Amino acid sequence: MKNILKSAVAILSILVAFTSCNNSSKSGGKSGALAGNVAEKVYVAPGEHDEFYAFISGGFSGQLSVYGLPSGRLFKVIPVFSQDAEKAYGYNEETKPMLNTSHGFVPWDDSHHPDISQTNGVIDGRWVFINGNNTPRIAKIDLSTFETTEIIEVPNSAGNHSSSFVTENTEYVVAGTRFSIPIPQKDMPIKDYKGNFKGALSFISVDPEHGHMDIKFQLIMPGFDYDLAHPGRGASHGWFFFSTYNSEEASTLLEVNASQNDKDFIAAVNWKKIEEYVNNGGGTMMPANYAHNVYDESTHTAKSTMKKEVLVVNPADVPGAVYLLPTPKSPHGCDVDPSGEYIVGNGKLSANLTVHSFTKMLNAIADKKIAGDAYGIPILNFEDVLAGVVEQPGLGPLHTEFDGKGNAYTTFFISSEVVKWKLGTWEVVDRQPCYYSVGHLMIPGGNSQKPFGKYVVAMNKITKDRYLPTGPEVTQSAQLYDISGEKMELLLDFPTVGEPHYAAGCPADLIKPRSKKIFKLEDNNHPYAAKSEADTKVVRDGNVVHIYMTTIRSHFAPDNIEGIKVGDKVYFHITNLEQDYDVPHGVSIIGANTSELLIMPGQTETFVWEPKQVGVWPFYCTDFCSALHQEMQGYVRVSPANSNTPLKWSLGEDIE
Amino acid sequence: MKTIKPICLFFILAVVLCSCKNETKETQTSTTETNAPSEKTGQAFIQDDEGTPNCLQIALNSPDHKTLVAAVQAAQVENALVNVGPLTVFAPTDEAFAALPEGTVEDLVKPENKATLANILKYHVTPGNLSTTILSKLKKLGQANNQYVQIEIIDGKPVIGGANIIASVKAGNGIVHVVDKVLLPPSEESN
Repeated sequence: MKNILKSAVAILSILVAFTSCNNSSKSGGKSGALAGNVAEKVYVAPGEHDEFYAFISGGFSGQLSVYGLPSGRLFKVIPVFSQDAEKAYGYNEETKPMLNTSHGFVPWDDSHHPDISQTNGVIDGRWVFINGNNTPRIAKIDLSTFETTEIIEVPNSAGNHSSSFVTENTEYVVAGTRFSIPIPQKDMPIKDYKGNFKGALSFISVDPEHGHMDIKFQLIMPGFDYDLAHPGRGASHGWFFFSTYNSEEASTLLEVNASQNDKDFIAAVNWKKIEEYVNNGGGTMMPANYAHNVYDESTHTAKSTMKKEVLVVNPADVPGAVYLLPTPKSPHGCDVDPSGEYIVGNGKLSANLTVHSFTKMLNAIADKKIAGDAYGIPILNFEDVLAGVVEQPGLGPLHTEFDGKGNAYTTFFISSEVVKWKLGTWEVVDRQPCYYSVGHLMIPGGNSQKPFGKYVVAMNKITKDRYLPTGPEVTQSAQLYDISGEKMELLLDFPTVGEPHYAAGCPADLIKPRSKKIFKLEDNNHPYAAKSEADTKVVRDGNVVHIYMTTIRSHFAPDNIEGIKVGDKVYFHITNLEQDYDVPHGVSIIGANTSELLIMPGQTETFVWEPKQVGVWPFYCTDFCSALHQEMQGYVRVSPANSNTPLKWSLGEDIE
Repeated sequence: MKTIKPICLFFILAVVLCSCKNETKETQTSTTETNAPSEKTGQAFIQDDEGTPNCLQIALNSPDHKTLVAAVQAAQVENALVNVGPLTVFAPTDEAFAALPEGTVEDLVKPENKATLANILKYHVTPGNLSTTILSKLKKLGQANNQYVQIEIIDGKPVIGGANIIASVKAGNGIVHVVDKVLLPPSEESN
């Protein structure tokens, strides 16, 4: 212990000696005139709005958080794959079906890569898609309500990581499998992985009007791990690029065994060609079982449907549709520049960045320069497709985004920094440290033809000493850099919800004007809605009781109910009659084995209560709604199971 | 309570060292030349006396790695050794450095040779946590400087680029193998 301390002191003192001088001109410094300037750049005055929305995934939280840039202020955590007691998501009867899967109700997932819908290669701000890794799912969030409105399970997939990236006109949201598996699933020895396990790349079509998702086809690829992906754009629109690792097809100790090949691949998929093949009757319909969950805004209710088949395509059946581009050392990020010409392979165990050329790829294909094949899929020569190499920019390249001005920005996990470099000349222009162990980064509009190259957000896995400590678990963080100048400038650290795994962003003006304020009561088609106090009632059907209840400032209708018995299953269907912006009501009752409800104006939500004890039990409004919020309460009388207490209800008068 | 003394010592040192004049630090070479952030901040700064020592702390704590530590500091790659990793670090002993032709080390630690030195040091680092058992099963390792080092098995033990593993120490962020020879990167890319 003493020795460690001594050495720690030695290290620290040496480092202090190295750093204590000449710091004044460094960006991100904590003192001096510059600090004031930096503060101004992120200061959004009270009442003012941020310039950009940032949608930052929560990783293991399963959610998607909405922040403003440049302030880093958190506005909302949108529940997606995990239950959220605050919003009743996954707890109320209406949204429970959203979390249905072929494995039953799955209340958690690992949310990773949000991507905003596009029109003509430009972010349109209609929807944001995000993948659940663990039990493969793709979710769609409607950016008029900021609610998850659709989740589709992805069959034949496992560790849905190479997802959920959209094509230039949101024709598809694409989901590649990280883990290869037997397709179809079967009982077989793990050691027989090689050659027998397969990787599915799923092309999920998106209805241009409603955004409804449907798996158009799955490309059944060799049993590699498919890590990340990005669409072609501009000239390369119609292609999709997937990074792969574990081309060794190892099933154990991948940290060693998946790092044996000098090069893995970026798979280039001509989806337009496969789409044409499929539209002409190509592919095989195979039995499957996967959930498709759709939330209907008019009924305020989700419905889960099990789908029973999926169309699969063998790449060997569509010659010329898939090529493999050798790429050094387990590439992670697979990023396409705004022009669509350059495909960057971020080889995470490499010290170099590999950049492929789409034009050279097409030429190599035209000239039939094929180096070999993997399970019948042609492999091109590395040199034939290589546009350039960024030499030794850092250690552990992970993800690259673009500013639309000819510059690229890459994160380096091991050396913990963001490096700016020039497309075409491949020269490093600037580097800034990240605190610490940066993963992905985001420039608003980065995955499109038109990035908004003003800020880059770097998302860190580790913060150690950067914030006030909170025990062994400390916050993860994002860092905001100004990239408007030649050199990057660190402006802000801000803590995040869960793991800030990946993000998408866009100008606030794209979304702000369309943000819904209330749900219109007249459009409410919930089967148990009570659209006025006159419509409220209590209906018994055996031991099931439905309460049609309303809320308005500051009472429930009805607020006295008698005739409920121990053993009943009581459904509270609450309609919020308010038609005023930002006046939700909440409700719960003592002993309810579920969350509160948080009901937006014009909305109906339902929770179930199964009273176990005789008595008179209060319920109340859980969202501070008004000056008389504390008066917003009611009672339910629960009688013994065999009692004859009549079913009655009232508001403003006694039950006689 | 024993911790108080070294912490105080640290603060005293820090204060003493912080008070130096700004000119004392020579301007660093172009930021594009080094892989480590040019600023001397980062995880190497964090005071943590609770966790298992990381690769850098092990080297600093060892009486046999004074040259290596000096080299790491001269190349300013401290932060690369304290990262979450996992890392496998081959740590040549002072004796191994002494076996290099006379004047080599002195030459390498000169500021103008910082990039060369950093390249050599990174050739001693493998991403991954590789025990001797695992090393015995591999033919080569891809090193952090983007080159490969070959592994031979001699007398049943893995020999890394001609260097024998004398001892292995588990680190908080990987493993340190003490080796009896400095690994020199091949002049041409082996792949």
